[in-house]
Amino acid sequence: MPTPLFVFGAFWKNRPLFMRAGPMTQTLLSLSNLTKQFGGKTVLDSLDLDIYDGEFITLLGPSGCGKTTLLRLIAGFEQPDCGAISLSGVDLTGTPPEGRPLNTVFQHYALFPHMSVFDNVAYGLKMEKRPADEIRDRVGEALAMVQLQDYARRKPQQLSGGQQQRVAIARAVVKRPRLLLLDEPLSALDYKLRRTMQIELKRLQRELGITFVFVTHDQEEALSMSDRVVVLKDGVVQQLGTPREVYERPANLFTARFVGETNFFPGTVDAINGGEIIVDVFGLKRTLRKPGFELHPGQTVHVLLRPEDIRVLEPSDEQGLAGRIVERNYKGSTLDSVIHLDDGTEVLASEFFDEDDPAFDYRLGEPVRVSWVDGWEWLLPEESTVANIGSLADDV
Amino acid sequence: MSSIRQQPFRTAVLVLVWGWLLFLVLAPNLLVVGASVMTRDPGSFLSLPLNLDAYRQLMDPLYLDVFLHSLYMAAVTTLACLLIGYPFAWALSKVEKRRQLLLIFFLIVPFWTNSLVRTYALKLILATNGLINSALLSLGWIDEPVRMLYTEGAVIIGLVYLLLPFMILPLYSVFDDLREELVMASHDLGAGRFATFVHVIVPLTLPGVLAGVMLVLLPAMGLFFVPDILGGSRNLLVGNVIKNQFLDARNWPFGAAASIVLTLTMAVLMLAHRISKQRIGEEGSA
Repeated sequence: MPTPLFVFGAFWKNRPLFMRAGPMTQTLLSLSNLTKQFGGKTVLDSLDLDIYDGEFITLLGPSGCGKTTLLRLIAGFEQPDCGAISLSGVDLTGTPPEGRPLNTVFQHYALFPHMSVFDNVAYGLKMEKRPADEIRDRVGEALAMVQLQDYARRKPQQLSGGQQQRVAIARAVVKRPRLLLLDEPLSALDYKLRRTMQIELKRLQRELGITFVFVTHDQEEALSMSDRVVVLKDGVVQQLGTPREVYERPANLFTARFVGETNFFPGTVDAINGGEIIVDVFGLKRTLRKPGFELHPGQTVHVLLRPEDIRVLEPSDEQGLAGRIVERNYKGSTLDSVIHLDDGTEVLASEFFDEDDPAFDYRLGEPVRVSWVDGWEWLLPEESTVANIGSLADDV
Repeated sequence: MSSIRQQPFRTAVLVLVWGWLLFLVLAPNLLVVGASVMTRDPGSFLSLPLNLDAYRQLMDPLYLDVFLHSLYMAAVTTLACLLIGYPFAWALSKVEKRRQLLLIFFLIVPFWTNSLVRTYALKLILATNGLINSALLSLGWIDEPVRMLYTEGAVIIGLVYLLLPFMILPLYSVFDDLREELVMASHDLGAGRFATFVHVIVPLTLPGVLAGVMLVLLPAMGLFFVPDILGGSRNLLVGNVIKNQFLDARNWPFGAAASIVLTLTMAVLMLAHRISKQRIGEEGSA
């Protein structure tokens, strides 16, 4: 199927900036020292962030982490208490939303119910006082891009949720913004449609070359769509990096717990030998790579292992730790299990089915041993603020 | 029908509603229609033959004048209510939710006092030796009392005072439903405050405006006791004409005809309201 985007790309050509390839390291939007309080509660705390031209960046965090407030500050719906926002070096801090060259896709689409699909998409261009035939052409192209050209006369409430979402996207990109802000745009869609829209949004972003700032609380969505992920908690950036960095090398316990599932094993440093350290985990002496942070013998550390890094072994095996299967979940491509070690520690394991043993399964109560390959673990220091991590599981 | 036996409660409710509509709404209105085409009779109020004399009498310049003047005062009242009520309702919808309920409560409190009593109270305020004149005199701002009572202005003030809540409540309801996200979307797409007001806020609150107009305009033509108390003999409403025909002139057919014209005006307004609502759609886009 020839993509309608092709058509859209053609009229986009007059802005070659968008189609530029190569490393995306030129800063488009710069946020510095942004602080915002609501009724004495700090929602954003001296936040610094550079958003690169043409990237897909995701603000990820639990509800109340400040991600929506940050989006509203960028859009201009809220004013920061202090700090500055600049776009390509131009200060935007005091500019009202209507004066900013960026557009928003709202969580509940915010389509005007009294206007047709065409008038909704044309709204921004009418405000720019564009000639009528230009508006007609551009709206037609934008609707073709989201495959809704036949729905121009309908009212928003006559469309399905997914179609309304597409109209909202067409309405936002028809103005050719430098930056598109997306506030949990897929949260109201069902799972299947959400997956389709994720792929479509990603393609749209690639082909239009617009910078996307995407807000979500869904870590899976963040990992699969983004060039970079900003993990936020309590208005403070916890980690900024590629999805791979955030998942495989979480900067702290919060990120480790929020992004994906993780086993935390308590470890004690026994010895440090140059680039390697010996860590005592449940009585096992494991030789691990020395992490980036300061260490001294006797210190306790967290040994992080993702469920897919766990090896479940026969009970007769000599390696690892003894335990029992207490739960098994068939997930289609993987078999996820929960194992209780003899000391009560809960371990999550996720194993792929392989072709040799398609009937592979566990019985509840089955004795097993648990191990992992040295080098696949990730170490984090003990944190003094462990107290506020406990509540996180509810938010995810 | 088996459903009657199966759902006695539902049947009872339906019978009650239909009975109410038939005997207390439809029947009286049909009686009024019937009365309007009968002949005036000094003894038994109404008699045959049927004719349209009453409607012809309505075309009389004298009554046409009363009708137009009444319409004019009602229109001014409605406009005043709209100009006060629209910003009021808008501001009300912006207030913190708990305070909103309190403010709406204050808006409704005056209903607990009979409107006749409240109109007399207004008379005391507007009278030549009333509250306003005494205050202005004692402040030395005026040398002699300003004539306010028994003027067109007094009638309009009275009508606005009595009818303002009927404008505010439907407007408050549409402002309360107006999603902040839509206003934000409008700004986001490049519309300033004025453009957003014209293109988004006004169209979306129009059903509330029309509902308010309906609830104010018609009663404003019918509240006969307001001109009786505040207006003197010149500032009559259609309501006064109807009341006079029934109670004083004993011309029931004519009173009934005037009443039907008023009802038809209401019907036209309701139709306009319905159409505007359909244009906006029943539900928002969420």
